[in-house]
Amino acid sequence: MASPASDTVPLTDTPGYAVIHEWLAEKGHQPFLFQEQTWQHIIHRKSGLVNAPTGCGKTFSVFLGVLIDFINQHPDDFHSKKNNGPRLLWISPLRALAKDIGRAMEEVIAELGLSWKVGIRNGDTDMAERARQKKQMPEILLITPESLHLLLAQKGYPALFSTLQLIAVDEWHELLGSKRGVQVELAITRILHSMDRANVAAVWGISATIGNLDEAREVLLAPVKSIAGHKPVDETPFGETVKAQLQKQIEIESIIPDEIEKYPWAGHLGIKLAHKLIPILMQSRTTLIFINTRGMSETWYQTLLTVCPDLAGSIALHHSSIDMELRNWIEDNLHSGNLKAVVCTASLDLGVDFRPVDTVIQVGSPKGVARFLQRAGRSGHSPDAVSKIFFLPTHSLELMEVAALKLAIEEKIIESRVPQVLCFDVLLQYLNTIAISEGFDPEEAYREVTATWCYRMLTETEWRELIFFITEGGHAMQQYDEFKKVEMENGRCVIKSRRVAMRHRMHIGTIVSDAMLKVKFLSGGYVGVIEEYFISRLDPGDVFTLAGRNLEFLMIKDMTALVKKSSAKKSIVPSWGGGRMPLSANLGRKLRQALDKSMQQTLLPEDVELTVLQPLLKLQASLSHVPSVNQLLIEHIETKDGFHLFVYPFEGRLVHEAMAAILAWRISRIQPITFSFAMNDYGFELLSDQPIPLDDTNAYELFSPDNLLTDIQRSVNSTEMARRKFRDIAVIGGLIFQGMPGEKKKARHLQSSASLLFNVFSEYDSGNILLRQAFQEVLDQQMEEVRLRDMLQRIQNSEIIIRFPEQLTPFCFPVKVDSMREDLSSEKLEDRVRKMQQQLKQ
Amino acid sequence: MAPDRSLFWEEENTLIISDLHLGKSGHFRKAGIAIPQKVQVGDLQRLIAALYFYKAERLIIVGDFTHSVMNKELDLFSKWRKDFSQLKIDLVKGNHDILEEQWYEDNNMELHPWQLEIGDFGFRHEDKRYHKALDPIKAPFTFSGHVHPAYLLKGRGKQALKFPCFYFTKDGCTLPAFSHFTGGHLVEPEKNEQVYAIVENEVMLMR
Repeated sequence: MASPASDTVPLTDTPGYAVIHEWLAEKGHQPFLFQEQTWQHIIHRKSGLVNAPTGCGKTFSVFLGVLIDFINQHPDDFHSKKNNGPRLLWISPLRALAKDIGRAMEEVIAELGLSWKVGIRNGDTDMAERARQKKQMPEILLITPESLHLLLAQKGYPALFSTLQLIAVDEWHELLGSKRGVQVELAITRILHSMDRANVAAVWGISATIGNLDEAREVLLAPVKSIAGHKPVDETPFGETVKAQLQKQIEIESIIPDEIEKYPWAGHLGIKLAHKLIPILMQSRTTLIFINTRGMSETWYQTLLTVCPDLAGSIALHHSSIDMELRNWIEDNLHSGNLKAVVCTASLDLGVDFRPVDTVIQVGSPKGVARFLQRAGRSGHSPDAVSKIFFLPTHSLELMEVAALKLAIEEKIIESRVPQVLCFDVLLQYLNTIAISEGFDPEEAYREVTATWCYRMLTETEWRELIFFITEGGHAMQQYDEFKKVEMENGRCVIKSRRVAMRHRMHIGTIVSDAMLKVKFLSGGYVGVIEEYFISRLDPGDVFTLAGRNLEFLMIKDMTALVKKSSAKKSIVPSWGGGRMPLSANLGRKLRQALDKSMQQTLLPEDVELTVLQPLLKLQASLSHVPSVNQLLIEHIETKDGFHLFVYPFEGRLVHEAMAAILAWRISRIQPITFSFAMNDYGFELLSDQPIPLDDTNAYELFSPDNLLTDIQRSVNSTEMARRKFRDIAVIGGLIFQGMPGEKKKARHLQSSASLLFNVFSEYDSGNILLRQAFQEVLDQQMEEVRLRDMLQRIQNSEIIIRFPEQLTPFCFPVKVDSMREDLSSEKLEDRVRKMQQQLKQ
Repeated sequence: MAPDRSLFWEEENTLIISDLHLGKSGHFRKAGIAIPQKVQVGDLQRLIAALYFYKAERLIIVGDFTHSVMNKELDLFSKWRKDFSQLKIDLVKGNHDILEEQWYEDNNMELHPWQLEIGDFGFRHEDKRYHKALDPIKAPFTFSGHVHPAYLLKGRGKQALKFPCFYFTKDGCTLPAFSHFTGGHLVEPEKNEQVYAIVENEVMLMR
């Protein structure tokens, strides 16, 4: 193999660059600066991260670099050279992405006249294609993290990767921070370590802008850095960062309700504004309408059709529970511009660009700056076009969030993705994976695993525990034990049982979903999938909505729910599982600033959101107070329900949930008292039957960050939370056997529930690593401990304002309504809320 | 009724349990799923403790004594059985009791393939008296197991807690599974039926 171009040769002098440049020029294009920079690094075998928005050639920055490098090595016969073995491994988080990117790459290869092949490997790849790939690997392999791990479970995988020049990770910002990202880290460290040291592949990430780009690069490149001889604890920056200096113009316009409700509550205003969307749809070529939940997107689709029946046939509904084929059809028609509008969820957040889309509408708070930008960026694709996004509030206070978003975008403040660390469940799964194929030497594997970012702090004790867990099954009475999973053979850990191996292959992956049922028409024809939990509550004859259709439920047969079309007017909209996203810390901070601005400064014409909110804010100010940036507002209100305490830290639902529990516990130490809680993204409520002893003498003490950890453990039901986390961990770690596809029932004698396992482990093996991980995840992700601590610190340095309003205030109203939601059906809730609004107006 | 999921019959000096599923964790471990083995040792220890506590002379197991085919956890039982040879053990066969009859004989257990009747009481694994095809049971009141009954207690704020329970109907009583390593099937009691749930270390009348 030819050696890489030496450091002194400039890119522009290489034959590969000449070929590519000429090809681009023929099409009337010029390479962007960031693309040339990336190519230069690639031909010098450097690793790094490309930061570029979608739709400006980030794929080509890496892909063409690999081609240039190849042409440089074979300047004379690059056209004809076939079967070169895999050169580029392209890891992408979405299957749908692979298809389109593969197509684009094939086009380029054909136009350049190369003899390369592009292969796609994911859950949809058929057996014949897999067999072909096994015989002769294509030069470019597009793969998902899960399928990559499946490849690692095949015997002889090191040979597959021996010719690899570059591993590219697309949409790294999406993978980072999830357990799929950890899978990528593990696969990269294994592949790199299996290669010849003199010819290790380079690693490149492609990422949209996030708050911690440098960290993102370090996480991805940790194994490369380690192979290059750096110690895991070495903190010096490593790798190149290439930034595309393309600034996208974003224009945000809010859809302002005709009348601002002074007592806002979530969940009903949006639909009422649907008619205001019609002119926007009519003026645009193609519009994407982002809705936060699948359930609401069904409702919106129906509403739009009711408001404007002319739209029938030219609007579509796209979410992750809809049949794959239908989704593909929608995506194809988005490309061709046949659809006027698509109502969608996060399912269209990622992916290739739909050129005809020129308008985006966001319904409800996007809860974060990065997500809002990503969605806005789905319109106006040419690099210099303006992205236009409309915001439709679901309650009037959300208009304030837009004001906050504008502030954040102006100041370029974007959320970070915090990488996961020490995920024992993923590691256990990975160790089993490589034990199936080639086996591993525990000491070597320890060095490889600790070369990743995720496990660089893994201690030898923890490692021994993990090995002990897979070989001996953890702590048990050895003399009566027949535990068999991983066995030691000549110093290597291997799995010999074919059954165990087969079962393990079925379970590779870190996305744990509820049991899903297919939904099919009795007459044939597939509609989509739906949670078993939802279907189990339906009786035959009930009508529900899926994929925009009213369906009558008939029966369940072979893991399929059979339905027929229904003309019934009323239907149940399924509520899908999946958490509500909390407000991000950045947006919370900006929200406080926006409030401050609305009270302190004269508003300019562009602050339209804050201007229309003035009546609401004035009422809040007259009844209670509008907090400025360095103030925390607390309201004591007495109603016939009891004594309410409202606190508004603007830190997001999760932090409020934890804080409410801690505050309640701390108060209960002053005097015996019982509370119920409620919270939203802006604040939380404690409700009691007796006056709540919080005043300016003890407020700072009650919000003190001291003893936070112990207070969390005592107050919050962390065991219950950990139990919920443990479910995913147990599935990923291979403790729960979900059955073979298609024959769910057969292995019943091996099934058990996560909750049962949790009890058994807590009682008999309380030091278990997976159990420890569950509690750690609760602290880090559920309670957001760091953010909680930051908030308390901030409160210590700010002014606490305590008010005693005579009646409910505009701020507390949405919190109050959310707390009533729990035990009332939504229809009754509406009546009750209306009544409350009437009473307050008098 | 005791919170250790057993029932003691004072007049007959007999302890009644159900669904011990001995060897279940071993079965899982053999398949490569790491369940702590102590859970089954714990089950046995609780059984022994209960037998000592009541000084029971007889043990009736209404089915599912073992979970699956032979494995080493059953040897642990055999060893213990030898030290406890004076105890009379009756096993009403359940759907999981699939070992060779010889094994039960070796362990000095009296096997009842279908049911056991003592006085006015019947003992069965599943109380299928409503299945017409089967013999009607003579005894008016039957103790059974099989379903691992559990009771769901719902509270405000979407809280729900699940407890194993003793479930009394007018014809019989369903016992909770003795083993801790078992799931539960929710029962929905009718009026005039009683549920005694096992909450931590107490047996509480739920309704």
